[in-house]
Amino acid sequence: MNRYLKILMVLVITPLFLSTYAFGLSEAFKDNIYNPGELKPIDSILKVKVGEKAPAFTLPSVSGEKISLNQFKGKKHVVISFVPAAWTPVCSDQWPGYNIVKDIFDKNNAILLGITVDNIPTLFAWTKQMGKLWFPVLSDFWPHGKVAEMFGVLRSDGVSERTLFIIDKEGILRYAHVSDINIRPDLQDIVKELEKLSSQ
Amino acid sequence: MKKVFILSGLFVTLFLFSYLVVAATKPPGVGGVLPELILSVPPKPEHQKYLGLAGEGRFIIPQIKAEVVLLEIFSMYCPHCQNNAQIVNEFYRTIENNRNLKEKIKLIGIGAGNSSFEVDVFRKKYNIEFPLFPDGDYSIHKIVGEVRTPYFIGVKIGEGGAHSIFYSKLGGIENPDNFLSLILQLSGL
Repeated sequence: MNRYLKILMVLVITPLFLSTYAFGLSEAFKDNIYNPGELKPIDSILKVKVGEKAPAFTLPSVSGEKISLNQFKGKKHVVISFVPAAWTPVCSDQWPGYNIVKDIFDKNNAILLGITVDNIPTLFAWTKQMGKLWFPVLSDFWPHGKVAEMFGVLRSDGVSERTLFIIDKEGILRYAHVSDINIRPDLQDIVKELEKLSSQ
Repeated sequence: MKKVFILSGLFVTLFLFSYLVVAATKPPGVGGVLPELILSVPPKPEHQKYLGLAGEGRFIIPQIKAEVVLLEIFSMYCPHCQNNAQIVNEFYRTIENNRNLKEKIKLIGIGAGNSSFEVDVFRKKYNIEFPLFPDGDYSIHKIVGEVRTPYFIGVKIGEGGAHSIFYSKLGGIENPDNFLSLILQLSGL
């Protein structure tokens, strides 16, 4: 009996895992996406806490300039979008959406910083497929994943988590959300948090 | 014991069958029929009027009051869909400005993996007048074979819900007039 039940469970459960997340589906990326398959949803422990000061950092951007968190102090709220890796399905299907909502960020006096642990040439080639991005894309490549590590979102395989942080104008972390790496967070989450911040 | 095994086998077969039906591996082909795509009646009265639907609840594509329905599978996260949005709008307006065609051809968009909020962002960003439907959990996207975006499916609607697909292709609209001519030609309108 147990044997039959085991076989039954395997046959029923296996197809559930055959289902793939259908991200990176834009024709813009065509055959250029490497699919790493289903990954462990979260593989790190946050080192930052909402309500506390966010760690300062400076990183090189694709456009050539260096961007520091401090440069926005007293001026703008900062949304940080860590995505795990260039040329992968979900990540390729996230920032292009943010690219059409600059007005929402402007309205809420916020800037978006996109960060991955890829190097600049890789980020340059990858983001070019997304059209002209209005927000800075930063490379946390070297020392590898140092900023991701400071925030506690560096995974054991060297890529970052899929994470959204919102840091207010005073440099205080106001929102931290580590998504399941396999799933793109809903844009509405950012908008809600930004509107909450703006109304305070 | 034997009975348990037979019942188990039956259950597994049914499960696998239903899974295969839900997750199609290929897009709907020309000459075939649409898989059952169940959508919610849009809340906006102008969209209900456009589709010839009323009230709340759900509907399937062949219930749309039209001779031809064009479905665009898009995503607000897709750069090609973003770039093509204004051309699709032009295509829509070309139809709406044509007295002979406006009641015959209807256009809808389905946002693959897009929540209601995200679909609304896309609609507002590009001033899209035709109805857009969310597909936040990719359930419709899976049924239509997990196509890349943008993807257009043209369906000819007949009497009593009979219908057939006359167009099923990846890629946006390059020229609204040429695309309309193609749709008219392929659908036989």
